[in-house]
Amino acid sequence: MLRPRVGELLWNTTRLVLGTVAVCAVLGVGAAWLVERSSVPGRRLWHVLLVAPLAVPAFVNSYAWISLLPGLDTYAGALLVVSLSYFPFVYLPAVAAFRGLDPALEETARGLGLSGWAVFRRVQLPQLRVAVLGGSLLVALHLLAEFGALQMLRYPTFTTAIYDQYRSTFNGPGATMLAGVLVLLCLLLLLAELRLRGSRGYAGSGRGAARPVRPVALRGWTAPALLVLAALVGLALLVPLGSLAYWLGSGASAGLDGADLAVTTGSTLALAAAAAALTTAMALPVGWLAVRARGRIATLLERAAYVGSSVPGIVVALALVTLSIRATPWLYQTVPVLLAAYAILFLPRAIVTVRAAVEQSPPLYDDVAASLGSSGADRLRRVTLPLLAPGLGAGAALVFLAVVTELTATLLLAPTGTATLATAFWSASSALEYGAAAPYALVMVLLSAPATVLLSRDTRRGLTP
Amino acid sequence: MSSLTVTGLTKAFGATQVLDGVDLHVPAGSLTALLGPSGCGKTTLLRLVAGFDDPDRGVVALGDRIVVGAGRGVPAPKRGIGFVPQEGGLFPHLSVTGNVTFGLPRRQRADRARVRELLALVGLDGDLADRSPNQLSGGQQQRVALARALAPEPSIVLLDEPFSSLDAGLREETRQAVSTALAATGATAVLVTHDQAEALSMADQVAVLRGGRLVQLTDPRTLYRRPTDLDVAAFVGDAVVLDADVRDGVASCVLGRLAVAGEQPDGPARILLRPEQLRLSAPSPTALTARVSAVDFYGHDSRVRLDLPGGGTVAARLGGVDLPAVGEQVAIEVTGSALAFPAAGPVPEPAV
Repeated sequence: MLRPRVGELLWNTTRLVLGTVAVCAVLGVGAAWLVERSSVPGRRLWHVLLVAPLAVPAFVNSYAWISLLPGLDTYAGALLVVSLSYFPFVYLPAVAAFRGLDPALEETARGLGLSGWAVFRRVQLPQLRVAVLGGSLLVALHLLAEFGALQMLRYPTFTTAIYDQYRSTFNGPGATMLAGVLVLLCLLLLLAELRLRGSRGYAGSGRGAARPVRPVALRGWTAPALLVLAALVGLALLVPLGSLAYWLGSGASAGLDGADLAVTTGSTLALAAAAAALTTAMALPVGWLAVRARGRIATLLERAAYVGSSVPGIVVALALVTLSIRATPWLYQTVPVLLAAYAILFLPRAIVTVRAAVEQSPPLYDDVAASLGSSGADRLRRVTLPLLAPGLGAGAALVFLAVVTELTATLLLAPTGTATLATAFWSASSALEYGAAAPYALVMVLLSAPATVLLSRDTRRGLTP
Repeated sequence: MSSLTVTGLTKAFGATQVLDGVDLHVPAGSLTALLGPSGCGKTTLLRLVAGFDDPDRGVVALGDRIVVGAGRGVPAPKRGIGFVPQEGGLFPHLSVTGNVTFGLPRRQRADRARVRELLALVGLDGDLADRSPNQLSGGQQQRVALARALAPEPSIVLLDEPFSSLDAGLREETRQAVSTALAATGATAVLVTHDQAEALSMADQVAVLRGGRLVQLTDPRTLYRRPTDLDVAAFVGDAVVLDADVRDGVASCVLGRLAVAGEQPDGPARILLRPEQLRLSAPSPTALTARVSAVDFYGHDSRVRLDLPGGGTVAARLGGVDLPAVGEQVAIEVTGSALAFPAAGPVPEPAV
């Protein structure tokens, strides 16, 4: 009975993932090139504006669109909304990669007679591959796990189907079967990424003084480039914020319970901070080993974290519900289980940034510090941690951002009576009380904003010169 | 300051034998250059002495203190060794002051006067103290790295190709500043380099490494004048190598009859001359005449390549003035004596 249903869900999910990854890769790499390597005016401002959509959770974005345009519950609508939410996941690593590219390579290629386009295709793109693949993987995994945005757009995928099954039969075989297919899809994706990425790392010899890159003059293309960037930012940022403002205005008349909002905000903050600290602490040894002790065990650890987190939130939550009910009933619906879910879900975000930071600080500094009489613990405090601090901070910010806006696992695992901003928003907007939902969405956006700014600045300054 | 003694040091990475029983003694207060082509194991030797890696066999002693080998292993932080890596390796998150005072006890790190003193030691202005490393030139970074290594008063300083990333003008200036600073502190120093001119001009003694083995350890003049074999001869400078027949301390070769330095058994041999031993003059009936095939002009001096009448070429090093023209016939005279080596073995490529 479920078989045609599975086929339909598979088709829906696959075409949405492929479409979104393609759109995000084009938007992300294109915008990154404009901001990093072209003469487009106001590059710093554009950079912040292009990272800013991360502050608007996908389900808030989709609430903003669908509440204005109820006709968006189609494939095209879903593709539009999730691409606008997810393209920064490709944009950010692409910007970092562009910045890390040695301009000498491009100059050499130009010297060999390659045109600008050929330089991009044959020199820059291959070097961007790891960053773009990593970002695309994130987009695809997010999509497989996305529940709120697609549920609100009434676009059925595995995740929304599992949730509906869970709601109707609690933990029946239907939900388990769908979850199994979904997990398989995620694992397939991971395998594909593994094969595409290859085992080769890019090693630079020499860390000479950084030379500023001369941006590519756009000349007549400046206006079209500005137009494209403006359209992207307008769709990804202004539409959701405008819609939110509209619903805030119309909801204000309905009256707002300030105390409720404050309590919900407080518990969300506490949860996010605890999860960020826990997850970053777990990411540090994994990221470290992955770079410094390249080997089977390190790779296994790193991959295990990816596999664990590539499992969508709804599946992790279901698994933790089952596990805690069977094994540790006294832990069922408590904060530690919720934190465990957050750690499982968001560990790779922290690992990616921590790993990049470790790659930026070669073991040489450790050797030099050792020769100056600095013991292991002393080196950790005075050399390693300061060098990794930007990466650790970025990792923690990413996790914090993710937890503030996490919906699916929180819906299933939060202790009874504990509402987070996301769940409070969800119950209001599910009841089509768009005005009542708006304040929670606004606080989520405001809370995410500083972390987002931090994120945009970290790649701006970074450890890379 | 203490001496460094390395005995039977051996290290392999996987199947690759990098160091094979190296013995080396560096007297206290001297500067020893470790000279060799890339991949000869010189950097590995340095890392083993510093304690960044452990040898497979062998002993490293600082003065009378064994730091590795004979069942002992002193970790790098307890060895008291200053290390100056290639390109400086300054901590990017610390200022010049933070870098220089890194190895000092906590109480002394705030001592501005000490920082100025250390910067002055390497010939840098105290105003640089608050800069961050990326605001310094390559040469300044190297000097700060040396000041940082010297600050805790180590028993020995190790320099790993510290000048290789600098351009020519800066390199000379930085070399002098480093020499001066090392001399002023009386530091024992080991300098790794693949640049023979650097090794010959800076060091008190030069250790030539080849294929993981120490082939010669001596002072620069002896190394240049009495290299242990033709390979070393060609590596430390330009060489003129000719087949000869030795009888009673005189070698007969294409350039005539030349005195041979040292003991040499009679019979066929290869003899070594340095290009500066060849003098050119106007052709005369008594002297050997050769044709000038090329002139490489360097400004301060030049190298003239000559086709010998019997086939073969030799090079002569001349001053920058009065150069012959290409195609001209000149007479060759040899000053000083030749060094003779056994005839067996391939002719080394002349160093360019």
